[in-house]
Amino acid sequence: MTGGILALLAIGMALQIGVARMINFAHTAFYMLAAYVIYSLAVVYGLNLCLSAAISVMVTLVIGVVFYWLGIRPIKEHARSLLVMTVAIALMIQESIVLIIGSDYVSTPSFLPGYITLFGVRILRQTLLTFGISLGILLLVWMFITRTKTGKTIRATAQDAEMASLLGVNVERVNLTVMVISLALAAIAGIIIAPLLLIDETMWERILLSLMAINVIGGLGNIKGSIIGAFILGYVETMVVFLMPMGAYLRGAFAMAVMLIVLTVKPEGLFGIRVE
Amino acid sequence: MMLAIIRRFIRYFKSEILPVPSQLFPVLFCTFLFFLPLIAKNSYLLLILSFANIYSIFAVSWDLLSGYTGQFCFGHALFFGVAAYTCAVLNLNFGLSPWITIPIGALTAVAVGLIVGVPCLRLRGIYLSLATVSFPTILLGIVFAFPEQTGGELGLYGITPLSSPLCNYYLILILMLVSSFIVWKIVNSRIGIIFQAIREGEVTARASGINTAKYKLLAFIISGFFAGLAGGVYAHWMRTVGPSVLTTALSFQIITMVILGGLATIYGAIGGAYIVTLLTEYLRFTIEWRVLLYSAAVAVVLICIPRGILVWLRDRVEKLCPKCKKRNLFTRRLCRSCGVNI
Repeated sequence: MTGGILALLAIGMALQIGVARMINFAHTAFYMLAAYVIYSLAVVYGLNLCLSAAISVMVTLVIGVVFYWLGIRPIKEHARSLLVMTVAIALMIQESIVLIIGSDYVSTPSFLPGYITLFGVRILRQTLLTFGISLGILLLVWMFITRTKTGKTIRATAQDAEMASLLGVNVERVNLTVMVISLALAAIAGIIIAPLLLIDETMWERILLSLMAINVIGGLGNIKGSIIGAFILGYVETMVVFLMPMGAYLRGAFAMAVMLIVLTVKPEGLFGIRVE
Repeated sequence: MMLAIIRRFIRYFKSEILPVPSQLFPVLFCTFLFFLPLIAKNSYLLLILSFANIYSIFAVSWDLLSGYTGQFCFGHALFFGVAAYTCAVLNLNFGLSPWITIPIGALTAVAVGLIVGVPCLRLRGIYLSLATVSFPTILLGIVFAFPEQTGGELGLYGITPLSSPLCNYYLILILMLVSSFIVWKIVNSRIGIIFQAIREGEVTARASGINTAKYKLLAFIISGFFAGLAGGVYAHWMRTVGPSVLTTALSFQIITMVILGGLATIYGAIGGAYIVTLLTEYLRFTIEWRVLLYSAAVAVVLICIPRGILVWLRDRVEKLCPKCKKRNLFTRRLCRSCGVNI
């Protein structure tokens, strides 16, 4: 379950690193934003759950593209300023949420209530739904990138942006497409995780560390690697939390330690090609 | 003898400092800081300025490592936090005085700089940034996992204070001036040129016969020392050390300061630390809006003046003479030393 959500977020981040050549620390802030939008629509205004999910994706997309257009695009050349800018964007989103909704823990109702019993273990139907949706969307994204023409241009830009632009690819538009895809993935991840978690305004920071670790494990900008890395890290984190004493505190530390080992032993990641 | 030195100093002041705002302003500002306790009624302002001074030391150390050497460190809170916790543990468990614990803390940070620097030698660019993020997070996990020794989430408190509040202000101010002066001397020396060569092109630097590994480690060590100094002083000045000294948020705050002020300029780091600290304090009257306004201000500055506020200001009020490369006030038509039309 965790692996699926992590994979959804990690592909978005991998796409941004590989194609747009930017590490976006605000990526998980959009995931949180989607969760909060669906909460405020479904719980506060009492809208239909599926309708509010759809609206939530749209709202996240619009806000994300506006931030990309105003904040990230003008300074894309300065890689260092860009990192600070993405953090500033994430903080802006976090604080706006605190101002509008408040900083209490909230949660949304499940899409599918109830549970089923599988091999003697009770599993919430929502968990299964989350897992199924994330797998389905992973498959869709994979098909999109490997089978369609747009996917081909995305891969071409990831390999060599200058060459792609010489061959007639509109790199600017590819970057925007990648941004939209990754925002949509983040929004979907936020929506399907919302019923299972307590939502609060710092949830983006906690998952960000795991995401960075995943991207390094899989090789920066490598989509296949990041999916596999997400499932590896998802299981490892769950094991650490359940098996080790004080495991809940050590979760972030463990993810970082794994990342550090991969970085020092094999800096290009398990499946990556060295990117300079 | 004494008179000659004073006369020479006055001549230097008249010819080099008075006509150039970028020289005059820091001198005036330091004088102002020294005389402020005489006129300031509330001690709260002094508290905030001490904060700004500690952050200045920290920001300057980051500027040396990341601005000058180009090793973009994203977890600089590691050095700060290690030194702060070392000081706190030594002081609380063994009762050592601040004059012993602060140097030990700084040296511990140097040792940590060595430990961190060695695996980071192979890494470049984004990989280095990601690796440096990991160290403070790992340490933070350890702090939470052993609450008996480290105080856990609450932190350690009851650390011996440095001295009286007024003395603290002067001590921290002098420490800030001395350490930024040392760093400024380092970056303008031969070592500093080598650091900048490594930033501009590591392969080229190595091809010119520079042992880049040695100098990168040196940058980590110097930077770690000053960051550790700041951390130790922070521990004894705040009298409590919590997990907040190891968070990524602190690292980001420092990076924000330096980038706002101007990267790879020591004055930019100090100015950025002052701007950010005073801004966050000044915005405290709207406590809910504070972080929002602050991050919005950062975003606007990054888009409009990506080189940094202070660098931008300096270019507005001064012109560089095309012939002799001396700085002139923007109102002058002719260069003050060689008379060339600017």
